[in-house]
Amino acid sequence: MIATESLSKRFPRVTALDRLSLDIGPGVTGLVGANGAGKSTLIKILLGLSPATEGRAAVLGLDVATKGGEIRERVGYMPEHDCLPPDVSATEFVVHMARMSGLPPTAARERTADTLRHVGLYEERYRPIGGYSTGMKQRVKLAQALVHDPQLVLLDEPTNGLDPVGRDEMLGLIRRVHTDFGISVLVTSHLLGELERTCDHVVVIDGGTLLRSSSTKDFTQTTTTLAVEVTDSDTHPDGTAALRAALVAAGLQVHERTEDGLPGAGHILLLEATGEETYDVVRDAVADLGIGLVRMEQRRHHIAEVFRPEAVQAMEVQAR
Amino acid sequence: MSTHTHGGRTPEATRIHNIGYRHYDGPRLGRAYARRSLYSQSLRGAFGLGRSAKSKVLPMILLGVMCLVAAIIVAVAVATPNMTDLPLEYTRYAIVMQALITLFLAAQAPQSVSRDLRFKSVPLYFSRPIERVDYVLAKFAAMASAVFLLTATPLVILYLGALLAKFDFADQTKGFAQGMVSVALLSVLFGGIGLVLAAFTPRRGFGVAAVIATMTITYGAVSTVQAIAWETGSSGAIQWLGLFSPVTVIDGVQTAFLGATSAFPGGEGPGTGAGVVYLLVVLALVAGSYGVLMRRYRKVGL
Repeated sequence: MIATESLSKRFPRVTALDRLSLDIGPGVTGLVGANGAGKSTLIKILLGLSPATEGRAAVLGLDVATKGGEIRERVGYMPEHDCLPPDVSATEFVVHMARMSGLPPTAARERTADTLRHVGLYEERYRPIGGYSTGMKQRVKLAQALVHDPQLVLLDEPTNGLDPVGRDEMLGLIRRVHTDFGISVLVTSHLLGELERTCDHVVVIDGGTLLRSSSTKDFTQTTTTLAVEVTDSDTHPDGTAALRAALVAAGLQVHERTEDGLPGAGHILLLEATGEETYDVVRDAVADLGIGLVRMEQRRHHIAEVFRPEAVQAMEVQAR
Repeated sequence: MSTHTHGGRTPEATRIHNIGYRHYDGPRLGRAYARRSLYSQSLRGAFGLGRSAKSKVLPMILLGVMCLVAAIIVAVAVATPNMTDLPLEYTRYAIVMQALITLFLAAQAPQSVSRDLRFKSVPLYFSRPIERVDYVLAKFAAMASAVFLLTATPLVILYLGALLAKFDFADQTKGFAQGMVSVALLSVLFGGIGLVLAAFTPRRGFGVAAVIATMTITYGAVSTVQAIAWETGSSGAIQWLGLFSPVTVIDGVQTAFLGATSAFPGGEGPGTGAGVVYLLVVLALVAGSYGVLMRRYRKVGL
């Protein structure tokens, strides 16, 4: 779907991409990077809107330097920021965008009706966009990227600004774009945890270079962090410390750092989960100590955590 | 959506079919078609077509008034015995009605470009086959066409009225043709200036104010200084002062080349020599507007 070969983009003062070589196949691919990691620059180059300083890139087998127009005809793009005028209805807006993609008037209307239905907008599609919730607006943005039935869509931070429920719905929708519609997806995010559940493949870039590219399964194995909060008891006045000792003894990797828990409770322990059995170990350890388990949850990783030295080391160890 | 897929045993009458995702394998008409679509959408939008009922009010009233005044002139010409010509020259009509044209431009230029900028829809265009030059050309052509429709329609009414009143055919046709060329120039010039001002004021209200201010202040200033020049006897300066406002530039061009009677004080319009300068200024302003718009949109890509 997307192939880049030592792609570089240098601005007078910044190097946005530094000899980036990628090979992204069909499916849902997550592109993770902190702000300024080069995600947007990469998307611009892939759409043929900004020339690379050096190196080459091809989308759907078309060279971005010479076939930009053809690429943009077959690719959809959903920007990160708001891009919808409030005074028109979703239908009118998406029909217009379909025509801008080259669809004849009748096809534009039919495809708009279909696409809006697929992203979950029904009667409200005739009302002005100004009155929509953030979740509905995100759906319209997704619809305009899909209306011309592209082979690939580039989604820039599609879950930005959504509440947890909206986030899950959007992620489910993105998954369906591939499974039900057969359209490949490149989705950017700075939240790794979010992409774990949606993507087949995750690419991490930082400072314009490729940090890691692997299937989601490999990735999450090394990066799932468990947060555990326990109560204190008479026998264990500091439940957290007792649990830490027990878990370390059981061979788990427990972070030095703790977080503050709920008022009145202790601290939260953070530990690396290497698989299903980790949960059992924690459960048994808590039960043996006779303390109360307040919570045990998977932490959504912020990308910065992945880059903490020990995490990177853990990844490398795993890779060998 | 999963709620649409009902089990196989659901009664036929209540089943909602999920027809699933259908791929599009029809034609993709590409860049030129997208440019034409943007042009027609923008042109229609300038008259409120394809927009809310509210947005049709102002442009339609302005168009109506432009035509109504022409119709009244025609009525007067037809009803008054012994008239041999229209009471108002074709070339003069737009100059007399300039306030309405300015109002139209002030309302519609921001509508055309400020919305896309303010609500950041521009990247959605440029992520499609359409390119910057297509966007700018389509918007420019649409705005110029809209002003042309507004200014040329009353001329057509005047012309038909003049033929109805059996005024000299050759005379009227020549005057009409000159008038059409003049409003065509005016439309492109005004369209360009309006779009440039609107493109730099993403907030629509400021765009409206900027266009009205630019048009009326320059015209007011030029007219005042020209009047002073006339009063103080320096009539040679009058023809050069006209270069500094869009309306008077058009007036100068049509005085020099299109047989118009100058609206400058004392009818001191430019002769052919100075007229060339006027024409060059018009062309430079149009080219400049285009260049500025192209630059403006380079910054707002993705």
